[in-house]
Amino acid sequence: MLAPPRLSLRAIAVWRRNYLVWRKLAIPSVLGNLADPMIYLFGLGYGLGGLLPQVAGVSYIQFLAAGTVCSSTMNAASFEALYSGFSRMHVQRTWDAILNAPVTLDDVVAGEWLWAAAKATLSGAAILVVIGALGFVASPLALWILPVIFLTGLAFAGLGLIVTALAPSYDFFMYYFTLLVTPMVLLSGVFFPIEQLPTAIQKISGALPLAHAVRLVRPLLLGQMPASILLHLTVLTATALCSFWLALILTRRRLLS
Amino acid sequence: MAQLTQLTDGLPTEVLSVSGLRKSYAGREVVAGVGFTLTQGECYGLLGPNGAGKTTILRACLGLTFPAAGSIRLLGHPVPGEAREARMRVGVVPQFDNLDPDFTVAENLLVFGRYFGLADRQTRGRIAELLDFAGLAGKEAAKLATLSGGMKRRLTLARALVNDPDLLVLDEPTTGLDPQARHLIWEHLKRLLAAGKTILLTTHFMDEAERLCHRLAILDEGKIIAEGTPQALIAAEIEPQVVEVYGEDAPRWAGGEGQVYARRLELSGETAFCYLQDGEVAALLAHLAARPALRRLHRPANLEDVFLKLTGRELRE
Repeated sequence: MLAPPRLSLRAIAVWRRNYLVWRKLAIPSVLGNLADPMIYLFGLGYGLGGLLPQVAGVSYIQFLAAGTVCSSTMNAASFEALYSGFSRMHVQRTWDAILNAPVTLDDVVAGEWLWAAAKATLSGAAILVVIGALGFVASPLALWILPVIFLTGLAFAGLGLIVTALAPSYDFFMYYFTLLVTPMVLLSGVFFPIEQLPTAIQKISGALPLAHAVRLVRPLLLGQMPASILLHLTVLTATALCSFWLALILTRRRLLS
Repeated sequence: MAQLTQLTDGLPTEVLSVSGLRKSYAGREVVAGVGFTLTQGECYGLLGPNGAGKTTILRACLGLTFPAAGSIRLLGHPVPGEAREARMRVGVVPQFDNLDPDFTVAENLLVFGRYFGLADRQTRGRIAELLDFAGLAGKEAAKLATLSGGMKRRLTLARALVNDPDLLVLDEPTTGLDPQARHLIWEHLKRLLAAGKTILLTTHFMDEAERLCHRLAILDEGKIIAEGTPQALIAAEIEPQVVEVYGEDAPRWAGGEGQVYARRLELSGETAFCYLQDGEVAALLAHLAARPALRRLHRPANLEDVFLKLTGRELRE
């Protein structure tokens, strides 16, 4: 059960299965993923932003844009790994069908992980395109945001798959969102600079993967090189790999016992 | 179906062999030392009441659960060690429908082929043939929601054949189907056997086992309690003749006069099952002819009688 992942290229077949389902509903799916964050971005960005002086040296909507890209990526990866993943694992028994073919559970979980990250990347990229069209992207340096959000997607897909492996039903996911995701959004510098928080709480945000994603994406969007790139990438990569491995162990325990 | 025909000349080859298989869940041993062997071209049935361990044995054979003890060899590969390689040549029809509801009929087959590493071009070339076999010709573009239960089951069977497997594993293939749909599935399975496929099947329908299985094992509480051909099991385990006597008076009759005419008699509700040797039937029927309040049915003993004798009449939860 604790063995390291044994992966094969069959994981791609699992990825492609999910892609084919998504392709049938691609336009409503992208618009759905886009609508909610854009409403917040414009609502808060202009509404609240109109009351504020500059935030961290830029207009509030510019500040908020980077946070929106990151939090949307996180949400898209989480929803896919939680609700859609649980549906395929437990409700539709899609994984059971796949496991009867020459595909290992490790391949299935890896396929799901990569798929959720890919879908999250698309979600983040769609927002990037819209805010770029509105003139909030400073330079081609912003293209580096794409690999960062893919990594962010992997981190949250892995965390989501851990919760899915433990979930008795869909209701369980509410705890994850209420106790982890929502506080993380507030502590990661999405809506306001982390520096606004008491020092003790600022330390907590140092451990949150979303905070590291924001620290990379915000300067890139403003055309600047981020500070401590290696630290941020290490935290995101470690979260992605460790969570994937733990999700794998828990899923094996759940399905192969 | 040319591509389904893979008869090989010479001696029968061993497709699956299981020995000393054990598996426990939460301290309860659900498989307690099971062993059996399938040779190429035969249909082997695992029969047992709910909770007898049938599905666990199938999962172990496919390498989807790790047994506590025992050895399994599937199509030349040790399982679970090389389960993935072995599953290349196995098709599975699971107990619960797990077709992809988001896909059309053809997409279900195409996507499943990819799990075997089949190129889309290869699978596309076989879809018409597979659907024709499953009685779903022309349904390529149909949405899953438009299929009946029987059609979904046949599509699941077609999906299990996408890799042209040597062994088919069927977990209660006709549970929940109407009689027409069950007969159709049986015809399909017989055609596959005629084409040289090997079948491992679980069921709790005795007529299904009697029709399809060359050999079968009756399981109870994780153990094989009888094994053989359906005919041999009936001959060995039970009297050849059965007279069922039913009606309001049947219980009272069974407790008194019935005992005189039937050496072995079982009462279930308002029905008395009298198990008789060939020479004993005439006397009982003559006795019953004088008692019109008791209705009767005389029939040869069947697999269900064997099953109920060996596993008892109590409900299993």
